[in-house]
Amino acid sequence: MKAAVIVFPGSNCDRDVAVALEQSMGHAPDMVWHRDTHLGAYDLIVVPGGFSYGDYLRSGAIAAHSPVMREVAGRAKDGTPVLGICNGFQILIETGLLPGALMRNASLKFICRDVLLRVETSTSPFTGAYDKGDVLRIPIAHHDGNYFADDATLDRLESEDRVALRYCDQQGKLTPEANPNGSARSIAGILNEGRNVLGLMPHPERLADALLGGNDGRAMFDGLVEACAA
Amino acid sequence: MKARIHITLKQGVLDPQGKAISHALEALGFSGVDGVRQGKYIEIDLQEDDGEAARASVDAMCAKLLANTVIEDYSIEIES
Amino acid sequence: MSGQATQTATPAEITPELVASHGLSEDEYARVLEILGREPNLTELGIFSVMWSEHCSYKSSKKWLKTLPTEAPWVICGPGENAGIIDIGEGLAAVFKMESHNHPSFIEPYQGAATGVGGILRDVFTMGARPVANLNALRFGAPDHPKTRHLVAGVVAGIGGYGNCMGIPTVGGECQFDPSYNGNILVNAMTVGLADRDRIFYSAATGVGNPVVYVGSKTGRDGIHGATMASAEFDEETDAKRPTVQVGDPFTEKLLLEACLELMAGDAIIAIQDMGAAGLTCSTFEMADKGGTGIEMDLDQVPIREPGMSAYEIMLSESQERMVMVLKPGREDEARAVFEKWELDFSVVGHLTDSGRMVLKQGGAVVADLPIAPLAEASPEYDRPWQPTPKPEPLAAADIDSPITDNEALLRLLASPELCAKSWIWEQYDHMVMGDTVERPGGDAGVVRIHGSNRGLAVTSDCSPRYCYADPRIGGAQAVAEAWRNLTAAGARPLAITDCMNFGNPERPEIMGQFVGCIEGMGAACRALDFPVVSGNVSFYNETNGEGILPTPAIGGVGVIDDLSRRMTPSFKAAGEAILLVGDTTGHLGATAWLREIANRRDGAPPAMDLETERGNGDFTRGLIEEGLVTACHDVASGGIAVALAEMAISGGLGATISMPENGGIPAHGWLFAEDQGRYLLTAPDPDPVMASAQKAGIAVTHMGETAGDLLTVGDSIAISVAELERAHQSWLPEFMAAPDENLDET
Repeated sequence: MKAAVIVFPGSNCDRDVAVALEQSMGHAPDMVWHRDTHLGAYDLIVVPGGFSYGDYLRSGAIAAHSPVMREVAGRAKDGTPVLGICNGFQILIETGLLPGALMRNASLKFICRDVLLRVETSTSPFTGAYDKGDVLRIPIAHHDGNYFADDATLDRLESEDRVALRYCDQQGKLTPEANPNGSARSIAGILNEGRNVLGLMPHPERLADALLGGNDGRAMFDGLVEACAA
Repeated sequence: MKARIHITLKQGVLDPQGKAISHALEALGFSGVDGVRQGKYIEIDLQEDDGEAARASVDAMCAKLLANTVIEDYSIEIES
Repeated sequence: MSGQATQTATPAEITPELVASHGLSEDEYARVLEILGREPNLTELGIFSVMWSEHCSYKSSKKWLKTLPTEAPWVICGPGENAGIIDIGEGLAAVFKMESHNHPSFIEPYQGAATGVGGILRDVFTMGARPVANLNALRFGAPDHPKTRHLVAGVVAGIGGYGNCMGIPTVGGECQFDPSYNGNILVNAMTVGLADRDRIFYSAATGVGNPVVYVGSKTGRDGIHGATMASAEFDEETDAKRPTVQVGDPFTEKLLLEACLELMAGDAIIAIQDMGAAGLTCSTFEMADKGGTGIEMDLDQVPIREPGMSAYEIMLSESQERMVMVLKPGREDEARAVFEKWELDFSVVGHLTDSGRMVLKQGGAVVADLPIAPLAEASPEYDRPWQPTPKPEPLAAADIDSPITDNEALLRLLASPELCAKSWIWEQYDHMVMGDTVERPGGDAGVVRIHGSNRGLAVTSDCSPRYCYADPRIGGAQAVAEAWRNLTAAGARPLAITDCMNFGNPERPEIMGQFVGCIEGMGAACRALDFPVVSGNVSFYNETNGEGILPTPAIGGVGVIDDLSRRMTPSFKAAGEAILLVGDTTGHLGATAWLREIANRRDGAPPAMDLETERGNGDFTRGLIEEGLVTACHDVASGGIAVALAEMAISGGLGATISMPENGGIPAHGWLFAEDQGRYLLTAPDPDPVMASAQKAGIAVTHMGETAGDLLTVGDSIAISVAELERAHQSWLPEFMAAPDENLDET
């Protein structure tokens, strides 16, 4: 399996996700610089977290227009799995690969802590290793993670089973207290129509190693390896 | 020419920063504030001499990069 | 200011007022004239002024700083470089320093704190180290002071805004409140980095003819005279100086970090120095002075942000995210390619000479010509008069009755500004990025894994200003010991410290006496604990209208954990385990948190420091952890045994049943809340081997009770559910910060 991690000026979770991928794949992914206009053949493309271009103007807006993202968008349309985590999710939205917008957290503060997520669908290469209804503990670390879309878009996401993850409480219930950033309908991650693009605000790569306090994120990477092998 | 661009959240999109400003104004004793919407202001110096061409070019900039039209509206003033 | 660009054509007259406005005394100006043999021009005067400011020259503190122990077999580089360096084994070095950004943070809390973080990060990566952990020690005024809430919100957002964007985890720190900081908050930022032991970069500029290169952001008019501002007392008019505060650009700094580390992987760099306080002036003078060379610079080559900047402005600007390097000859293109890849400015601005002079040119004319060594080395050194702090009367616990029940006292202490949970703060910092955070903030020490290994770095920052105020010598020793203890409790070998000395006006003998006392105490503790000082920073003049802050020598400690599976945490792990106390309890209540919060008094001597016992108890405890005999460890600090037990219960979600020992005349509140030093609380599945080992080593260990249930009970004094303890602990800070601010207009 060959995976690429896209690196923008200001990316800072590129190494973290590479470590998690290497753990699951058995070898390191390629780190691809944002100016690359030609992307080799990959089974998986990851757009990592961080502050691409300082998140100046709007989170993810400038990175979305970098040369490599045109390539990434093309691959996504051809069915290559593309995973956008945190700033990567913001970039995928700005690129138009996923619908909606990520606004300032309702608390207006940057929030870094573990949250609980309910798996809403296991029908995707990213969530295939989980069961629908599983509750995962995964950290968030963002300022702009408040998912917004108009009601028609939200209805469509739901009817097409494209909401991948939602913020929930210990019992898997959706409550305002369990929603850390004010996201519409507690949405933490969504899929594109082809189900090969996932954007999510939480960082599965940060709890993919028991020494760091948890392992719930690991199955996303193990599952991707399995899905790509199939 | 100079372009002045105002970018604000669309009506109907929650503006938590605007809400916080509104609360702060209230706490300071400014009564009669019905609502606050905050946004961005961008100035661009252009080589273009023609007003219409300048507007068209800035409009494209807004649509492509400067504003996120999913949630934001923008307005453009051109000044020679 | 732009009119000064023509100063060489029509020199500004150097009047006594102009000299005074540059913060130079008459004596100092006489020395300027002596060194130059002529009058300086305005640019030169500006350079002298910043080089000899307290901030850059340490003129009041040098004499005393020299008395601190700075050596140990594992110290690679002590004070004097950008940061201190210690050998942590396996070919690696830890590079670290703590620095203050107090005055700018008071004036503009977001940008002041942000640029403080940026500055300390640059100090560390300048030496070739990748930063792996940030900490910050914050001190604010009284919670009910009208500015406090605004300052807390701004400082915390600023620290997060910079560190989060850089992608360096903030894994520890402290936050306290005291009215003495009402007009002078303290923002002390610490960074720890990792480097290969044999790939460390220093600042000595050598090799006549070698190119001097400027990289990073462009130079603007920001922060001109920041260094002299940091060396002056505040008065009511300080607000008018606002425009001098610089704005941080963490994105550019992230690029600068990656570009520097990329170039450092090769061998093109001879010397490198970041531009911090006093910008281009301090960095170039220090580099040339250390290398014994001269520098000729063409200021027209300095990338500038605004047209028409004068030599004075370029040399004194404190624009952030800039570095100076000396390269090997002929390596300019290779270096330029790296910086251009990262979209940063790169400009050859001059070369090294053998003249021993700094010659600055602009528009083809010489605009400054100064001898380097006399200016750098003849900076004033003062032996300021000092007066020892009078010893306070000791307070016996038996002489102070508790006004409330011990149950209430414990809840009130847990919900006090000093002891409450600080998660409202550290959840705004990314403390997990880089994927190596093993222990998050909130425990005794933050722990980050050394990437790709099973070893860890433990880091902490500590100080108890109320002890330092009551008895600076004890307070100084205690701050060092507490850092050592926190590292020990995490299962680490404590290796070295950095210090950030925050004091009032050193021209007042009683303030200078506090400084001298703290240094003496720190020195004694460092020697007793083999815990040398490898870097530090002094911030004087933290006073407003003649009111100084509590003396605050913040200590940042670093230690190593050789096997992360043997690290230790404070949380209770399982029911039915023995709870053991290492160390003696005398019931000391003078200058304690209990005295301040519950009895509303601030008098008394601080708890005595017995450094030999401190060392013995700590080494014993660390040994138990290494042998795997204990399952939890927490040092007993502010709030005494009761608060330490509560913290262990809260973090483990498990209660305990403690029997109050025969106290030999110590009242219950004395035993519960005393802050006697050198103590640790442990849990052990089997207490017998611990007790046996204690007896053999002659260490005082008491078996106090067992972990159990969901209630913390201590004798007949305390019975509170863990849930209620947690509620008290968590409630204060978020509620305080959420309260409506009626005083926005006064900020």
